[in-house]
Amino acid sequence: MLGKAKLELTVGMFVVVGLAALLFLAMKVSSLSSFSGSEGYEIKASFENIGGLKIRAPVMMAGVSIGEVSNISLDTETFEAQVAFILGGQYHLPKDTSAAIFTSGLLGEQYISLEPGGDDAVLKAGDTIKLSQSAMVLEQVLGQFLFSKAAGDE
Amino acid sequence: MITTMGNMVEMVRSIGRKVLNSVERMGRGHIFIFHTLMSVGIVFKEFSLLLKQLHSVGVLSIQIIAVSGLTVGMVLSLQGYNTLVDFGAEQSLGQMVALSLVREMGPVLTALLFAGRAGSALTAEIGLMKVTEQLPAMEIMAVDPYRKVIAPRFFAGVISMPLLAAIFSAIGVFGGYLVGVELLGVDAGGFWSQMQSKVGLYEDIINGVIKSIVFGIVVTWIAVFEGFDAAPTTEGVSRATTRTVVNSAFAVLGLDFILTALMFGGA
Repeated sequence: MLGKAKLELTVGMFVVVGLAALLFLAMKVSSLSSFSGSEGYEIKASFENIGGLKIRAPVMMAGVSIGEVSNISLDTETFEAQVAFILGGQYHLPKDTSAAIFTSGLLGEQYISLEPGGDDAVLKAGDTIKLSQSAMVLEQVLGQFLFSKAAGDE
Repeated sequence: MITTMGNMVEMVRSIGRKVLNSVERMGRGHIFIFHTLMSVGIVFKEFSLLLKQLHSVGVLSIQIIAVSGLTVGMVLSLQGYNTLVDFGAEQSLGQMVALSLVREMGPVLTALLFAGRAGSALTAEIGLMKVTEQLPAMEIMAVDPYRKVIAPRFFAGVISMPLLAAIFSAIGVFGGYLVGVELLGVDAGGFWSQMQSKVGLYEDIINGVIKSIVFGIVVTWIAVFEGFDAAPTTEGVSRATTRTVVNSAFAVLGLDFILTALMFGGA
């Protein structure tokens, strides 16, 4: 049988290694979300069509991830998609910032891209972005292309 | 005519006997777990008992868990790469390896290996204590076997399982990294950043930990109960040990489906 000291040492090491593995999973494998509710603030925007945008999709400005989508719902009066997203607390964006939904790569995931305006006032928690551009739906774009092609042939 | 009637009655009786037996066993199992949970105090009072069991149940299982985790991660990476490279999406390899490990492979394979490595040993040990009449001897000496024998083993299993599953997943991710990045040449930055952006702390990691805690409770419960309930003969112990491994596997796989449906099914 093992001595008491050695027993305590191996069990202690087991627990430490197990907890270190958990910490590794939390810090290195997952995103210990830096845009959590306590530090960030929520902004809304409405789009005519959000395509395949999903909750937790990134919000980017100039290609830098500054937040993530937190909620998507349908406005029952205007029939537009209401998208809420959380931005990191350190980012203060002009009030006339515009939002667009882009796709990373041809078939990649969709994300919200913010384009800063020139206003001195900044967006506060709960504000709504007025200017928005819908997602490009591949079928619509193809349809428009074919339509214009057919019209050009005549 | 009369004999066929007799056979029929005998058949129905045997079905009834089996049902009654299994219901009775289930009842014994629940009384058993109730007694065990009532004895939780001993675990804090006599910490050395728990320590000894943590060693034999947890520490001695690290080896098989680590080796399995490494190979599973490496194989996942190798096979995933073959599929993903056709779509030019080999950057998603990290995400695929990490998600399958953290959500499913880690908890489930750890539980199955744990049942084979530690569960069977627990059953055999407690069963042999019964064969050699150590448990009745304890009762005669007014020592509660639930407190001295069962509770420390049960809680050691419950504590060990999530730690072992975390080790499995972490080493698996590392194995996936070794094969994906070092061997197959996937970009290291893409590997880690795709993984980090798609694996959520609460959705994936915490749910995986919850799974492994549930499996820890179920597998250790089955193992100690089978040992405690074993027929006190050599054959009885061997049959109980087999039952531990088989029943644990069924319970883990069935529960995994239910838990997965509850945690990830809605999304």
